[in-house]
Amino acid sequence: MAEEVLLLGAWASPFTSRVELALKLKGVQYKYSDEDLNNKSPSLLQYNPIYKKVPVLVHNGKPIVESQVILEYIDETWQGYPLLPKDLYERAIARFWVKFIDDKCWPALQKVFIGEEKGREKAVEEAYEVLKFLEKELKEKRFFGGESIGMVDIAANIIGYWLGACEEATGVELLTREKFPKLSNWIDEFVSNSVIKENLPPRDKLVPFLRHRFGL
Amino acid sequence: MANEVVLLDTWVSSFGMRVRIALAEKGIKYEYKEEDLRNKSDLLLKMNPVHKKIPVLIHNGKPVCESLIIVQYIDEVWNDSSPLLPADPYQRAQARFWADFIDAKVQSVTRRVWTTKGEEQEAAKKEYFETFKILEGELGDKPYFGGETFGFVDIALVTLYSWFYVYESFGNFSMEAEFPKIMTWVKRCMQKESVAKTLPDQKKVYGLVVDLRKKLGLD
Repeated sequence: MAEEVLLLGAWASPFTSRVELALKLKGVQYKYSDEDLNNKSPSLLQYNPIYKKVPVLVHNGKPIVESQVILEYIDETWQGYPLLPKDLYERAIARFWVKFIDDKCWPALQKVFIGEEKGREKAVEEAYEVLKFLEKELKEKRFFGGESIGMVDIAANIIGYWLGACEEATGVELLTREKFPKLSNWIDEFVSNSVIKENLPPRDKLVPFLRHRFGL
Repeated sequence: MANEVVLLDTWVSSFGMRVRIALAEKGIKYEYKEEDLRNKSDLLLKMNPVHKKIPVLIHNGKPVCESLIIVQYIDEVWNDSSPLLPADPYQRAQARFWADFIDAKVQSVTRRVWTTKGEEQEAAKKEYFETFKILEGELGDKPYFGGETFGFVDIALVTLYSWFYVYESFGNFSMEAEFPKIMTWVKRCMQKESVAKTLPDQKKVYGLVVDLRKKLGLD
């Protein structure tokens, strides 16, 4: 049977982008369908009845939802480029940082850029506390995954690309090279990687979109 | 090399219980260290500097944190018996989805059921009921969430059973009346030694919560 891979996503969503990066790194052919999140398609509602969100990966008709679940599925289903380390302990550590990014970083960044101005200083301090852990985890590595991009780097795309776009959209400076030299270097590596840079939403489209989204 | 396994935990934690069930399923010998969360040990702070939380599994001196990540680690390292996750990648994805759902939707609402009053509690109860309804739907007529065998999703959820009496008492409802299928599943899980020996008595948990509520100024 011919393999059929479909991705339901939203072009501006970092979670959708994670799945695209993973598929591209694995060299998987797929069809992309962009969703209007204000007018969700019947397919989306059928494939993800519980959360009604993107991304949804549909592999031979069977849906998988939640970006971190999808990334693990992609790594287990398609050989070639490994997203997770082979070493089982390192694998648990990678999963820990992916969860940290989703549970702690994402809400902290949202508070900074979407939150009210009067709470901003506190939100920035809290975001610094969170980012410090990632700065420390990088150590002397080029990527979180070591010499090459891994699952943590993919999950950290919100820092690698979306954070900069949010800074540009709002005028709020968060991640400076002075405060976060390692993360800044990592961001440079991330956006200049050949696979990644071809698969990010264009900055000149994303920034106005975010501005509009934040009500600015 | 000797396999040295240490678990930092608290007896009442439904997250820690998941790890204890997984270790029991695999027949792994380990040293259990009870933490006082009001006075965290140096070891805990060293082994989980990011969250400073239990459970933490320390395997040959190296820490693994986050209960579901620990359970997956245990399954992958001790892979010669009692698989906790299915072999098929699609079924593994389903198992991971439902375990994540349990953390994102169930664990997040249960605390509100016994710590709030009035309108806030009614809202929490409504959310709790909706979530368990979805879980009952997913369980269907299967003996376990994973199908024929006890696995990852069962481990993720069954540990809450020791807290049901707390939710029922303070939320004023009956799990048996509202979710009979869930209770049938619970009783089936409790027939497993790994579950029965791990889960503390419901009345004991209730006793702790009564004290905790006084300290929180709720009673």
